Amino acid sequence: MLDIQTQLFEAQDIRFGPIDHETHPEIESKWTHDAEFMRLLDLKPARPLSPAMVKKQYEAIEKEMDEDKNLFYFTIRAREDDSLIGKALVEWIDWTNGNGFVRLGIGTAEDRRKGYGSQALSMLLRYAFCELNLYRVTAVVPAYNEGATRLFQKFGFMEEIRRRKALNRDGEIWDLVSFGLLNAEWREQAQAKGGMR
Amino acid sequence: MKDIFRGTLVRLSDESPEVMAKAFAKWDRDTEQHRLADSDPAQLWSEKKLKEFIEKHAENSSKSFRFSIRTLADDKLIGGVGLWLSSWTHAESWLGISIGERDYWGKGYGTDAMRLIVQYGFIELNLRRISLGLHAYNERALKSYQKVGFQLEGRMRGEGLRDGVRFDSLWMGILREEWLAAQGA
Repeated sequence: MLDIQTQLFEAQDIRFGPIDHETHPEIESKWTHDAEFMRLLDLKPARPLSPAMVKKQYEAIEKEMDEDKNLFYFTIRAREDDSLIGKALVEWIDWTNGNGFVRLGIGTAEDRRKGYGSQALSMLLRYAFCELNLYRVTAVVPAYNEGATRLFQKFGFMEEIRRRKALNRDGEIWDLVSFGLLNAEWREQAQAKGGMR
Repeated sequence: MKDIFRGTLVRLSDESPEVMAKAFAKWDRDTEQHRLADSDPAQLWSEKKLKEFIEKHAENSSKSFRFSIRTLADDKLIGGVGLWLSSWTHAESWLGISIGERDYWGKGYGTDAMRLIVQYGFIELNLRRISLGLHAYNERALKSYQKVGFQLEGRMRGEGLRDGVRFDSLWMGILREEWLAAQGA
């Protein structure tokens, strides 16, 4: 059944919104000064970013969304006051084969472990499978990121690839794990739970 | 010191952009070659555009190491191979290879080039690991990579769609210590 009444960007405690080039650079700049945030979210060498640098990144993100059409980027907002608490994205979409990569992050430690990540991933998957019509999505997670591992497993992602010793952090060597979820698997789970929400 | 550019059947070389562009323009017209090597839609570019791609790529060469492959016997240009570093920090790189000349398939030329590029990655770039991906239906490539020492690390289910058929992609890796052990070092 075609369902256009269900809001794609609204969840219980959070919602998806666009980038706000005026107020968000200041906030995200603060997150990047938290080494843990940077190292959980990215494999690149962690470094703090000034608001000006974050602003530049936002511009590059929207340029890529506009020109390449293979990136869909959302800011995660608190429902009560629309404040910025994180980001969620589908990236590197391969339209020919129907694949995309999902990634999300909650900016501050106090906003983690409140279920915001789950709500954001739930919306992101519905978006990837019901709006973008992807066949499958992939999530790449460093083995040290236990929170992300649990989150993706909770949503039925299967471990598909384990790149042995692919990461070097804190002088330790870690595997890089790749999880996959098929559209068909997601639909089966959603139906078992009684709907696509 | 070793001649790290020379194997038993092939050598690693570099071509002027117009030479490589001409070769790619020819090889791209062989769609089986493309569909073995790549998951993008097969398409045809002009020599002019290919030359521009190659020149643009050369500007960004600090993280990519591309070579042409020439036979030792008759100096024929038969393909290309390269390493693309995801990051120096993690000392890891992606490997890509294609033998464009189909007369040279299944005769050990690709495997010889693989041995050279892996050796280059470990003893010249000092990488800790090298990764690659392939289509599950490319059995010749799988055998070649296993011969060189790559281990299967996983499979992405249904990653590709061709001729209406879903197929898996395979992902492999080789670690520095595995490669060194195989050299008897």
